[in-house]
Amino acid sequence: MRELTYAQAIQEALAQAMDADPAVFLMGEDIGVYGGAFQVTGDLVHRYGEDRVMDAPISELGQAGVAVGAALAGCKPVLEFQFSDFATLAMEQIVNQAAKLRFMLGGKVNVPLVMRFPAGSGTGAAAQHSQSLDAWLAHVPGLKVVQPSTPADVKGMLLAAIDDPDPVMVFEHKLLYKMKGDVPEEPYRIPIGKAHVARAGRDVTVVATSIMVHKSLEAAETLAAEGIDVEVIDLRTLRPIDTATIIESVKKTSRLACVYEGVKTLGIGAEIAARIAESEAFDYLDAPILRLGGAESPIPYNPELEKAAVPQVPGIVEGLRNLVKGRL
Amino acid sequence: MAVEVILPRVDMDMATGKISKWHHRDGDRVAKGAALFEIETDKAAMEIDSPADGILRNITVNEGGTAPVGSAVAWIYAEGEAVTTPAPAKAAAIAPVASNAAPAAAAPVASPSIANGETPRATPLARRLARQAGLPLAAIPGSGPRGRIVAADVRGAGEAKPAPAAAPAPSPDNVQKLYALGSFEVVPVDGMRRTIAARLTESKQTVPHFYLSVTCTLDTLLATRERLNASAPKGADGTPLWKLSINDFIIKAMAAALQKVPAANVTWAGDAILQHRGSDVGVAVAVEGGLFTPVIRAAEAKTLTAISAEMKELAARARARKLVPSEYQGGTTAISNLGMYGIEQFTAIINPPQATILAVGAAVERFVPVKGQPVLATQMTATLSCDHRAVDGAVGAELLQAFRSFMEEPLLMLA
Repeated sequence: MRELTYAQAIQEALAQAMDADPAVFLMGEDIGVYGGAFQVTGDLVHRYGEDRVMDAPISELGQAGVAVGAALAGCKPVLEFQFSDFATLAMEQIVNQAAKLRFMLGGKVNVPLVMRFPAGSGTGAAAQHSQSLDAWLAHVPGLKVVQPSTPADVKGMLLAAIDDPDPVMVFEHKLLYKMKGDVPEEPYRIPIGKAHVARAGRDVTVVATSIMVHKSLEAAETLAAEGIDVEVIDLRTLRPIDTATIIESVKKTSRLACVYEGVKTLGIGAEIAARIAESEAFDYLDAPILRLGGAESPIPYNPELEKAAVPQVPGIVEGLRNLVKGRL
Repeated sequence: MAVEVILPRVDMDMATGKISKWHHRDGDRVAKGAALFEIETDKAAMEIDSPADGILRNITVNEGGTAPVGSAVAWIYAEGEAVTTPAPAKAAAIAPVASNAAPAAAAPVASPSIANGETPRATPLARRLARQAGLPLAAIPGSGPRGRIVAADVRGAGEAKPAPAAAPAPSPDNVQKLYALGSFEVVPVDGMRRTIAARLTESKQTVPHFYLSVTCTLDTLLATRERLNASAPKGADGTPLWKLSINDFIIKAMAAALQKVPAANVTWAGDAILQHRGSDVGVAVAVEGGLFTPVIRAAEAKTLTAISAEMKELAARARARKLVPSEYQGGTTAISNLGMYGIEQFTAIINPPQATILAVGAAVERFVPVKGQPVLATQMTATLSCDHRAVDGAVGAELLQAFRSFMEEPLLMLA
């Protein structure tokens, strides 16, 4: 099969969505002639014109308001944030408007918008451009929040997000944009709300999100040489969470670790741990639940500290080894 | 002064007891003598009555939890009495399960077998496995951090104990892996199933069984039974006072045969053989999820109608799982009858320490040769399993021969 980068896969999804439905349009800062801060939209402005690939002024709140209004009026806007950190500027529109209008108007309207958020650390962009705020938005009923981890997933999930009648927040890790992978050419959908077992194993279940899926898979390879068989679940969607897949896995392995880049405290790992503790899988746990998440600190600018602030492969290996060997 | 509710010994070799059900909750008013909770023994559920009138407080062992015999599992306070049971802050429950019972915070401890009165640290999986295997957590050394008991410790403890020379039991996981996920349902093993599995495995592996079969012609017995039932006086409500079954005759005939061949009325006791005086006949009763073998004591001295009435009563309580251990323990032989299922012949596994068990098949009509001519007869085949350590072939054969003579001519039982 043909290989695309994660960024190319997004671009292909956007093009196919615009081909299929004239209501779809793109908006964001420098997504037109410049091609986007991470070159995701590329030359789409030349192919679809400035009416459908719109450069927006630097006001995330204004853009989000336009997107909500356009969605209410029957369009399907796909809004790109230059950095997911700037979601904070648009919170009024995202949290108080997009997420709630369908409910407050008795289901008479939908808000079929998509917001794309380049997220995560590792680019030397420091504290205000490196965060993982996915759990913030996943806390809001009315939103759907996805974190595709591969080129094939991001294409399929973005197309599903554009189809979706509700606001969908797509978090794209910046370090994934250049990752290559097989991507089918025709349009296809990967359902929102369904986790994926990226690696089957017997000894411990790792629930990972976004780039941590790949770091966990790498850790799993190291541990396999030691005879530790790791199952890696790519959560893919933070809201709604696919609890059933995790329960099934924990019942098999009796051990659970959550690996995510967002700040550890009050993050997605806490939610997963709680759901397992509340579920039938509780009686199958043979060790404490382990969370490996981001440090309780803003992301540092110093490159070594930046690496140390989020889970890395050696730390995941050590954590899982301790968990399986009964040292926790 | 609060009255302790003590976990009593309801079974001979019981060190701990599992509380399967509380009939009352913390704070309930209870009357002396009213059923308070149920203990699950190997086979039966025993109801334990309240020792006093008052308010039930400080339940220390939740439903599904286990506690040592003699420990206090709750207190009964007088109306208005302050709750002052002296108590460390931890519960004595060995294996508490989440339930609606009282919070453990104020619960007193009374467990001599747990060294410092602490609930053992154990993972949820270890607790569940221990619960299923009937192993008290307090007896299992933990290998995890701060002595935490993990699943491997419970599995190790379970394997270390039983089964001399037996191959290691297949772990549930290994068995499950042979079948596609989702193609089966996991049914937890209860105390009765565990006991059946352990006792019969031990019996079949350690008791040298041999088998003898005999066919009895029942026409005289059937006619006798008919006459006896037809002669039954009517009770006040117009129903006959008895209705004898073939099985009642079998019990009586086996009891009489054991009297006639006392060398077969024995049990193997390791360095001795117990020669029993009475014929205590166990009768297997199938119940949901397993079976009981309640014992008709001194059946040789009882009339057929007495045996019949006692059997009906025991079977009904067996099905309700309300037998007390003394009613199904002991016994010098047993009878297992599958005739009602149309089974013509089978062999049974001896229920130790008994030395024999009689497997009874269905009564069927056959043509048998009489003076060279076919004559229709009703026949039944019975197969005796014998423990060769205590009963030799010739003794077993004599017993079966005597049994047949009583079955074929029931009047002999009066002689």
